[in-house]
Amino acid sequence: MRIRHAKDFCAGIMFLLFGAAAMFFSTGYAIGNAANMGPGYFPFALGAFLVVLGVACLLRSVLWKSGSQPWPALHFKPPALVLSSVVLFGLLLRPLGLAVSAIALVVLSSRASHEFRWKEALLNAAVLIIVVLVVFVYFLEFQVPVWPSFPADRT
Amino acid sequence: MELLANLALGFQTAVSPMNLLYCLVGAVIGTLIGVLPGIGPVQTLAILLPTTFSLPPVSALIMLAGIYYGAQYGGSTTSILVNVPGEASSVVTCLDGYQMARQGRAGAALTIAALGSFAAGCFATVVLAVLAVPLSELAFKFGPAEYFSLMVFGLIGSVVLAAGSLLKAVGMIILGLLLGMIGTDVTSGIQRFSFGIPELADGIGFVSLAMGLFGICDIINSLENREKRDILKSKLTGFWLSRQELKESAPAVLRGTLCGSLLGILPGGGTILSSFTAYMLEKKSSRHPESFGKGNIRGVAAPEAANNAAAQTSFVPLLTLGIPPNVVLAMMAGAMMIHGVQPGPRVISSNPELFWGVIVSMWMGNLILVLLNLPLVGIWVRLLSVPFRLLYPAILLFCCIGLYSVNNNTFDIGLTAFCGLLGYVFHKLECEPAPLILGFILGPMMEENLRRGMLLSRGDASVFFTRPLSLAFLLMAAILLALVALPSIRRGRATAFKEK
Repeated sequence: MRIRHAKDFCAGIMFLLFGAAAMFFSTGYAIGNAANMGPGYFPFALGAFLVVLGVACLLRSVLWKSGSQPWPALHFKPPALVLSSVVLFGLLLRPLGLAVSAIALVVLSSRASHEFRWKEALLNAAVLIIVVLVVFVYFLEFQVPVWPSFPADRT
Repeated sequence: MELLANLALGFQTAVSPMNLLYCLVGAVIGTLIGVLPGIGPVQTLAILLPTTFSLPPVSALIMLAGIYYGAQYGGSTTSILVNVPGEASSVVTCLDGYQMARQGRAGAALTIAALGSFAAGCFATVVLAVLAVPLSELAFKFGPAEYFSLMVFGLIGSVVLAAGSLLKAVGMIILGLLLGMIGTDVTSGIQRFSFGIPELADGIGFVSLAMGLFGICDIINSLENREKRDILKSKLTGFWLSRQELKESAPAVLRGTLCGSLLGILPGGGTILSSFTAYMLEKKSSRHPESFGKGNIRGVAAPEAANNAAAQTSFVPLLTLGIPPNVVLAMMAGAMMIHGVQPGPRVISSNPELFWGVIVSMWMGNLILVLLNLPLVGIWVRLLSVPFRLLYPAILLFCCIGLYSVNNNTFDIGLTAFCGLLGYVFHKLECEPAPLILGFILGPMMEENLRRGMLLSRGDASVFFTRPLSLAFLLMAAILLALVALPSIRRGRATAFKEK
């Protein structure tokens, strides 16, 4: 048995896992019966259906006839840097405020581009902070902490 | 006459200075974001959703509708000038629009796109206004069984038009339905799948899901592709159409409008299907089919009219039946729910000024776009020359601030990053995220109707097949599925999607 369609194979595994997890956790809620469904009934049924679809996907990936399909090409840098910059922004916003976390977000995410230059990214960050302060904080009056707050300042 | 009275009510609401301003602002920032290559209406709506949250519901919806049309219009501008479509429905515009631009007729292409869209928008607004009342009255006769079957039909319809594997698209719907289960169960009040995380008690935030799957994920994909874009450097002149061009494009606009208005109403229809169909129609009916793809103005006029007409008439199923026919309208549905308006037949009777106000504002929005965009096109073009490496950190930053402002918590930001990761995985596995969003929106409603329907029939599932309307919806869903599974149509579908 050979995996001829790698993307279908992985998608099958993914559906299988999600479906099985849905079924497993649904059993923790009342299932009820067809006339009087509990909170677990519908998700359990959906999970079972998803498992079936996952298996179908897996079967298709090994029975695939028209030419072998490659494994998806993975580049680590863009997703890792972009996603981690978003997470970092979330973590820094409350303690350090918008100004600092915006610099962190812009500089870190800029590194995901193959044309990254330090000077340019820092300049971009500086311009964006001014834009954001004027538009979001001053005009739209978003309730966002702007500057770092130190434990002593908190009341 | 009732129609006129309704439209008058709509005008009263839409023409109030504040709402007019929101319509204008929406259209402008919609265009601003939509003009960026690779960003279409879905991404634009996802990115800009939080900016409307502080507004009253009517103004927010008017602004969102403005954003939608603005983004779509911006998308055609990009297609014509850069040959990078923001979304699938502008793919067709690229074919002839970019060729026209290379022949120095970019101005004319932009003009006909704007005028064609406006003409189509006027007609589609009337269609929407005429159809809305009778359809919503029909919907009042629906019981839970009919609703459940209608949703099945709607979901299947959305799958048929998704590119790629049918099996995976159905899987994505189910996954979306399951994600919609997270949070407090309406019927029993217990929390499902929230794993003790208090922020998940109300379910996954729609904004986080949409922004992660579309906004952030698309940024990552663009970064991976490293595509080089050649922007048209020549100066834009000649916005006036020649007499010959006008004579050729006017009937094309008319045909495109009719085609789009009709196809927009169907579940799973909407802008992609209608612009493709309108283009094919023009090409087939032309005496010189070989001139298409080489800068034929009819190839710009018809699909642009069709996709704008469809964009408008696809509000019909959402506002009258509560079923979003495609992913853009699912965004609108999500936004309505966040504002406490449940899309469905009750909108017209309980919120008439909202309903008619939004309809009239769609027409206003189109007018604003014509008046605004042609003079401002120079600015949009300049925006296109800002390099992507400077733009995407800005988009990320705006997304993050917007996300924080939704609930004033940082959990949503992390959740969005997680959804972005999911979206990245989906993209790698060629699983379309659009059906997932539709499933997510319809999930809770579907479960509720299933439970009510089965309760009423005392657990007898045959109720879905014995009630005539319900049976009709299920049959239509089955026919759609069968059609797609047929080998000949499957091949046709594959080539249709390959043309992009």
